[in-house]
Amino acid sequence: MSNRAAGSAPAAVSVRNLRVGFGAAEPVVRGVSFSIAPGECLAIVGESGSGKSVTARSMLGLAGANAHVSADRLELDGQSVLDLNDRAWRARRGKDVGLVLQDALVSLDPLRPIGREIADSLRLHTSLGAAARARRVLELLDAVGLPSPELQVRKLAGQLSGGERQRALIAAAIAVNPPLLIADEPTTALDVTVQAQILELLEQITNGGTAVLLISHDLAVVSRIAHRVAVMHEGRLVETGRTEQVLWSPREDPTRRMVAAIPADKPRGTRLTPTDRAGTPDRPGTSTAIPAPIPGTSSVVLEAIGLSKSFRRPDGSRQCAVDDVSFELHRGSTLGIVGESGSGKTTTARLLLALQAPEQGEVRVFGRPWSAAPEKTRRALRASIGAIYQDALGSFDPRWSVADILADALGVRHQRRALQADTRLTSLLDEVGLAASALQRRPLELSGGQRQRVGIARALAGRPDILICDEPVSSLDVSVQAQVLDLLDDVQRERGLSLVFISHDLGVIHHVSDQVAVMRAGHIVERGPASRVFAAPQHPYSAQLFAALPRLSL
Amino acid sequence: MQAELLTGADHSGRPRHPGLVDGAAGLLALFLLVAAIAPQFLAPGDPLAIHPLAAFQPPNLTHGFGTDESGRDIYTRVVHGTRYSLVIGFAATAIGLGLGVILGTLAGTLGRVVDFTVNRFLEVLFAFPGLLLALLFIVIFGPGVATATIAVGLSTAPGYARIIRAQLITVRSAAFVEAATVLGRTRWQILLRHILPNTLAPLFVLGTLGIGQAIVWAATLSYLGLGAAPPAAEWGAMLSAGRTYITSAWWMSFFPGLFIVLTAVTATVLGRSIDRRMRHL
Repeated sequence: MSNRAAGSAPAAVSVRNLRVGFGAAEPVVRGVSFSIAPGECLAIVGESGSGKSVTARSMLGLAGANAHVSADRLELDGQSVLDLNDRAWRARRGKDVGLVLQDALVSLDPLRPIGREIADSLRLHTSLGAAARARRVLELLDAVGLPSPELQVRKLAGQLSGGERQRALIAAAIAVNPPLLIADEPTTALDVTVQAQILELLEQITNGGTAVLLISHDLAVVSRIAHRVAVMHEGRLVETGRTEQVLWSPREDPTRRMVAAIPADKPRGTRLTPTDRAGTPDRPGTSTAIPAPIPGTSSVVLEAIGLSKSFRRPDGSRQCAVDDVSFELHRGSTLGIVGESGSGKTTTARLLLALQAPEQGEVRVFGRPWSAAPEKTRRALRASIGAIYQDALGSFDPRWSVADILADALGVRHQRRALQADTRLTSLLDEVGLAASALQRRPLELSGGQRQRVGIARALAGRPDILICDEPVSSLDVSVQAQVLDLLDDVQRERGLSLVFISHDLGVIHHVSDQVAVMRAGHIVERGPASRVFAAPQHPYSAQLFAALPRLSL
Repeated sequence: MQAELLTGADHSGRPRHPGLVDGAAGLLALFLLVAAIAPQFLAPGDPLAIHPLAAFQPPNLTHGFGTDESGRDIYTRVVHGTRYSLVIGFAATAIGLGLGVILGTLAGTLGRVVDFTVNRFLEVLFAFPGLLLALLFIVIFGPGVATATIAVGLSTAPGYARIIRAQLITVRSAAFVEAATVLGRTRWQILLRHILPNTLAPLFVLGTLGIGQAIVWAATLSYLGLGAAPPAAEWGAMLSAGRTYITSAWWMSFFPGLFIVLTAVTATVLGRSIDRRMRHL
């Protein structure tokens, strides 16, 4: 891509003591220094709110209209960009520094073909004619690995898949060979196999001599391509060093917490967060205590038999979302269902919750008909099946406070004031690690992790035997994800729950599951004990999927 | 639009001084409320008393807003006319909202056939300008305050019905409704505890905004001689009476007009202010 020589050239970006604040509030970036040489990849990792995105945006003069940016030095390609005005910044963006964002669907204009989007920076920053630009666009699309570029240039962003969009966005960002490429969570919205391909592409770009600043909350992702890692915490870089050194022997607490929070390769039962409650020590390798089977009953609590469900496409044809899916959930165990987006995981969850009826097959609960029973009969059993959703906020009535939500789930009717003192509510909150003061809050005022805790509390209110968790931690930070996973593990042990845990995240599934089902295009391609499936996948798709899983190995 | 211009909103839609504007609107609302409930408290005179000798006086110390062709005090008449305007505004909005709720709920809950029928009916209503619809109604039932009120209510109903239907459909498919099903709630419980409150709460704001519009419409009808009849102290009717003398006695039309605008703006500003507050809850 670029044939810039590494080493002798000045650093692509050099920052000393960068401070960024908004209005009168405490600065969010408080004295950050780093530099990236050509052909080097530096990753800034940190939780959301640590200031990593603001740092990246300051390199583009995009920190925000009311941001105060100050630094002892802020140089791009050897030239100071500290006090540039808007006009001067526009001349540099795209030319000296390219940007790739998390969500390519939002970053690309939905009404313009991607070819024109990519040609934009060529038009602005080069003197190429229209024909030369068109040729260069094709070269770029080819370089980022989009198959048959001639066909792709005319497509709109909405007609491409997530991975293709991300490639197109990268092509636009590197169009004029900027010495620095900033990638802000470039793979967070992508499936694991696509993520692996995008990371590979970024690695190629780095090897071509471009300096890459990678922003991510996911240590496993950065460990694959970053040469150096800088850990950001509360606006400061607490630890900077070579990737393997930072990840394998972290010296600072924030780094240690982040490394510990990665669920992949941590056996079931290992805690991902420092123990915050007495009496919950590490139980590596142990499965949950499965209650002794009641004589004369089966240990199968939930059973899917040959489930099929299809949807009508806009053109009238039918698309199979779930096809002949069968599995069993045993008492006290966790069944992990893993698959990429569109594999039918969520439809499966909806069938299990009887929110939709299967076209073929049936769901049985405690050996009794569930999907085939009328809703009236089901209602009596509904309390024993709880659900936890990805979008916890959306699953709460926006008009209700936490107290209202929990009181409703518990079937308590009270005046609002009396609810604050109700021990049933406070003990439920205590079980999910929230203080009683949360009762008066509305979910909107809570953080993502706290919302999911309320969601878990609501699911537990009916004293369920089974929990269906659909991507319960997908929208959470790694460290918050770790806390929620630990919480789910705790309540499962304490209450002897059986879990169906659905996720696209192999690392999470590996960590939580006793049994695993791998889904692809509506089918279960492989099913078995987690230890066996992960160690020796039988189906080529599972093998490919697991190979793409970012791990902390180098 | 009016409100945006007058509250000095920047293009982001946020007024620069929300407190100040809301305060002024609140004071005006208070004045209008007192004028509607106890007009003699603000203007002790008789709005219909004539003094032919004092006709066509421009605004002065005894007659702050001047007098009309029969020597009636315009200030007194404007204050006493508040009740008409507010009652018509509230009643018309209530009629419009009520009809809108009924039609919208029918369309949003009773399945495709009802939805289709109600929608086509609403589209027919939409095809007529609101004022024309109101005129049609008055032609059939004769002019007067009551008919004007109902006419204005009728012509605003289709808009409300549309909004309610859309809101119902959005709320019905919301994740929290599904979550309530998973908790084992019946359809009726879900309808009463989740769907209806979440559909109807935004209507309160919509209604406040609608009152301003209804007042303007009612005044329009009176101005056209189809609402309150002279010599009743109604703002639209007063405007109409002043029209004849507009070149010589501007105050006869100016002050009733000013109050129509102020009332409409006050209702709109308060509606927006309530809306803002509810959003930030």
